[in-house]
Amino acid sequence: MRKWQCVVCGFTYDEAIGMPEDGIPAGTHWEDIPESWNCPDCGVAKMDFEMAEI
Amino acid sequence: MDIVIIGGGLAGYQTAKEIRRTDRHVRLLLISSDSADFYSKPMLSNALASKKTPESLVIKKAHEMAAELDIEILPHSPVEAIFPEKKEISLGNRSIGYSKLVLALGADPIRLPVEGEVLSVNDLSDYARFREALAGKKRVALLGAGLVGCEFANDLLAGGFDVDVFDIASQPLGRLVPAECGEWIRANLKGVNWHFGANAMRFENGMLHLSDGNALPFDVVLSAAGLKPRTGLAMNAGMACGRGIMVDRFLETSSRDVYAIGDCMEIEGLVQPFVMPIMHASKALASNLLGNRVALRFPAMPVVVKTPLSPTVVSPPRPGSKGAWHAEAEEGGVKSVFLDEGGKILGFCLCGKYVSEKNSLSRALPDLL
Repeated sequence: MRKWQCVVCGFTYDEAIGMPEDGIPAGTHWEDIPESWNCPDCGVAKMDFEMAEI
Repeated sequence: MDIVIIGGGLAGYQTAKEIRRTDRHVRLLLISSDSADFYSKPMLSNALASKKTPESLVIKKAHEMAAELDIEILPHSPVEAIFPEKKEISLGNRSIGYSKLVLALGADPIRLPVEGEVLSVNDLSDYARFREALAGKKRVALLGAGLVGCEFANDLLAGGFDVDVFDIASQPLGRLVPAECGEWIRANLKGVNWHFGANAMRFENGMLHLSDGNALPFDVVLSAAGLKPRTGLAMNAGMACGRGIMVDRFLETSSRDVYAIGDCMEIEGLVQPFVMPIMHASKALASNLLGNRVALRFPAMPVVVKTPLSPTVVSPPRPGSKGAWHAEAEEGGVKSVFLDEGGKILGFCLCGKYVSEKNSLSRALPDLL
């Protein structure tokens, strides 16, 4: 399980935790998040998301 | 040139990106007064503790952005004037014509009337100076307990500095959040020495002098007193400006074929210097620039305050909304909702454990625009 950080706003996505309130179950890999997904904090779309692995 | 964008921040680059999603051929020029290297401004207020260098905050160099977006970029080129009637801009030694012009000029930090060397961090080179000033130092005074002030306070604490925060208001985030939440944030940013109702006058020989006659010793003084949209260029060209450069729902200024976006923009009285409004506005703007008229719509856009010690997310009601805040607090957090007379939710502030309710509460909020 990895952690990713949005380079625009610093939002952290932890694959182990997922985002259950957003319909993304714990354990979801970053690659498996739909392309239509936006960063919940700043709105950057997944396709523009320069996710840095931390 | 077909489309000229002035400004190499997120608003300028995001507009270029959105244009390229639908049109790969229109000629695009982006002009910046700085290096035009792409970085994230919100990260400046939480980069110290993680020991980020200014270089490591650069996501992509200007030339990489130019190649990726297939645009021309003019770095280090301050624009001196706009001539809307001639559809030209002047860079001093040369003029450039445009079909459509985008003003993505950003905002300046508000300067407090404090004498002496007071720093502010509004761009990457400011951050570099701030970092140098802090090297080997310990005591930092922060002027301003607003959003960016609180973020810096948290970051400086985490970086091992002694932090004192001064504000003429009576609580943190006074302009954004209700008293209960302000109090919770104050209590949870543990380690900060707060000075509310305090007015700094001058910083001299390592002493910060207050209006009540007291003086305290500091190594570095940082001002974080909010932002002022950059309107000068537009005003000199005769465009209507309020607090920001005024645009209609199609992002067009009072000058035909001149548009504005981001921290310099004012729309229906709203100035929204955050990332999410840029994401929404850039989509509508790109569409309008390419001739497909789309009115801008803003949903409610909660702002996440980057203070890990006191997690907070706030979606303030529209200024002037009638209603009142209603707070509930439990161990580990405060939740306050702004309700109108009919009990409809218009805004919220969530602290601590309640931040997990952000998404569900956001869905209940009315559109901002």
